[in-house]
Amino acid sequence: MNNIKKTSRNNMGTIGMIIAAFVIVQILKTAGMINSQMDGLLVPLCVYATMAVSLNLVVGILGELSLGHAGFMCVGAFASAFFSKVVEQSMGTFPRFLLAILVGGAVAGVFGFLIGIPVLRLKGDYLAIVTLAFGEIIKNLMNVLYVGRDAAGLHFSIKDAASLNLMEDGEMIINGPLGITGTPFDANFVVGFLILLISTVVVLNLTNSRTGRAIMAIRDNRIAAGSVGVPITKYKMAAFTLSAVIAGCAGALYSHNLSSLIATPARFGYNMSILFLVFVVLGGIGSTRGAIIASIILTLLPEVLRFMADYRMLIYSIILIVMMIINWNPKSRAWIQKHRPGNVIRSRREASEAGKEGR
Amino acid sequence: MALLEIKNLSIQFGGLRAVDDFNLTVEKGDLYGLIGPNGAGKTTVFNLLTGEYKPTEGVIKLEDKDITGMSTIDINRAGVARTFQNIRLFKDQSVLDNVKIGLHNQFRYSPVAAVLRLPSYFAVEKQMNEKALELLAVFDLDTEADTLASNLPYGKQRKLEIARAMATNPKLLLLDEPAAGMNPNETEELMEDIRFIREKFGMTILLIEHDMRLVSGICEKLTVLNFGRILTQGPTRDVLSNPEVIKAYLGDD
Repeated sequence: MNNIKKTSRNNMGTIGMIIAAFVIVQILKTAGMINSQMDGLLVPLCVYATMAVSLNLVVGILGELSLGHAGFMCVGAFASAFFSKVVEQSMGTFPRFLLAILVGGAVAGVFGFLIGIPVLRLKGDYLAIVTLAFGEIIKNLMNVLYVGRDAAGLHFSIKDAASLNLMEDGEMIINGPLGITGTPFDANFVVGFLILLISTVVVLNLTNSRTGRAIMAIRDNRIAAGSVGVPITKYKMAAFTLSAVIAGCAGALYSHNLSSLIATPARFGYNMSILFLVFVVLGGIGSTRGAIIASIILTLLPEVLRFMADYRMLIYSIILIVMMIINWNPKSRAWIQKHRPGNVIRSRREASEAGKEGR
Repeated sequence: MALLEIKNLSIQFGGLRAVDDFNLTVEKGDLYGLIGPNGAGKTTVFNLLTGEYKPTEGVIKLEDKDITGMSTIDINRAGVARTFQNIRLFKDQSVLDNVKIGLHNQFRYSPVAAVLRLPSYFAVEKQMNEKALELLAVFDLDTEADTLASNLPYGKQRKLEIARAMATNPKLLLLDEPAAGMNPNETEELMEDIRFIREKFGMTILLIEHDMRLVSGICEKLTVLNFGRILTQGPTRDVLSNPEVIKAYLGDD
C-alpha cells in the first residue's frame, strides 16, 4: 500500500535532514570554519531540538497542552548529573555517560508517569495550568535540595547544607541553590546528534504505527476513539511518559555540558517551557521536522543577531512573526508545497492538505 | 437467546427521567429501528448501551452477558459498535487510517516492533491495509483511501463512520441517524449498503432514524419512544399504522 511507503518516505526525509546537518557541521568543523561561539552552541542546539521533538509528541500528536516540559528536562539534568558525580571515579567516560543519559531518561519517565496519572484526567487549559505548576515546583524543589556523600553513604536534606551532618571527608553533590558543580564534561556534538536522531526515529516510527494512530485518534476525537475500543488512558500515559523520557535524555545532555548546574528560572523556568512550545507551534503543530527546524532557527537567531546589540530582540520578534505567517498562511503553505522537491509523489495528499488549510 | 436484551433501563438527569423503564429484545440478524420525536431519548438509549452514560436502573445483556455499567472500551470489545448523530471521524487522518483505528483490537504488534520496524510490523500493517480496504470497498470508499477524512463529502463521511464501526468486528451495530443530512439518492445507496452488510456479515443492526422512507424500507421491527417511555413496539407495519404513533409525531388535533 502506498500509504506506508509515503509516510516512511516523509520520515526518511526528516531523518535524512538531521544526518545531513550533522555531516555538514562535521565537515565545517574539520575545515575550521566554525568559530568557538558556534562550536559552543552545537550541544545546546541538540538539546533544544530534542526538547522540540519531545514536546511535539505531547502537544502535536497527543494534542494536550503541556507548559511544564522544562520540568522534565530539569529532572533528567539533575538525575543524570547526580549519577555521574556519584560514579565519577569508578567508571570510564563512555559507559558512565551512557548510563547517565539512561538514568536521566528513566527518572524523568517515572516523573512523567506519576504526574501523568492525575494530570491526564484533566483537559485543555486545566492540564496546561497543572503542568505549568509542575515545572515550577520541580525547579524550586531542586533549589532547596541538598545531597551530600561521606563514608557513611548519602545524606539528604531540604533545609540547608549543615543539616546533612557530613563527616570530615564528606562531599556535597547537590548544594541547594548552588546546584551541582563539577559534572564531568561528557557531552559533545556527536552524542547530542545521536540522542536527537534516536528520539526522532522513535517518535516518527511510533507515530506511523498502530500505537501512533491510536494516540492521534484520541487527539482527533476522544469519544469516537473510545467507541472503537482504543484504551484512552493507556495511550495518553504512554505518550506522556515517552515524551518525559526524551526530555530527560535531553536534560542529561544539557547537564553534562555545564560546569555548574543550577535550577535557575532562565534554564528550567516557565519561559523555557514556553520557548519549547514556540518551537512546536512555529514548526507546525504535529510536524516533528518543523519543530526541529524551528528549534534550530530560534536558537541560532539570538546569537547571529548579537551584532545588533540593543535591537537584537526586536529583530528576533519580527522574524518570529514573519516565520509564523509564512508557516501558517494558506497561500504560502500551498506555494511551499508546490515547490518542494518530490512533490509529484506526494502531490495528492498535499493537495488535500492544502484544501484543509484553506478552509 | 436474544443477542441484546434490555430490561427496565432508566436514567435520571437531575429531575429529568430521560429514559424510563425501557425494554428491548433484539434477536440475532434483526434490523431493528428505534424511532420517536426529537428529544424522546433515542440517543440516550444508545449512550447507555455503549457505556457513555451509566444507567440509574436496569440491565443490559449482550448474548446473556451483563454489560451494564461497563466502560465504552470494554463494551466495544464485547461486540457493540456505533456511529454518531453528529459525525465523529478522526478528521486529520486518512480514510484508510480511520478504518485502521477501528481495527486496533483486531490486529496487534508491539510498539517495539513499530519503533524498530521489525518484520511483524510490516506483516501486520499489510494485513490491516488489506482488511481496511476490503471494508472500504463495501462502501465504495476504497478509491478515496488516501483522502483526509474531513475532505470527504458529507454522505461519504457517514459511510466511513459505518465502515470504521464495522472494523471493530461487532456483533451489534448501532447506527444513530445514518441518513441525517443525506439527499434521497444517498439515502437510497445507504439503504443498499445497510442491507448488504447485514447479509454479507450477518450483522444485527439497531438504528435510530427520522427518515420514514428508510425506516419503513429496511426495518423489520420498531420501537417508538416518546418522552423517554416506550409508546409501542412490534413489526414495522403495525407500529407505523398505530394511531398513537401518528399522534406522537404529528400532534393532537
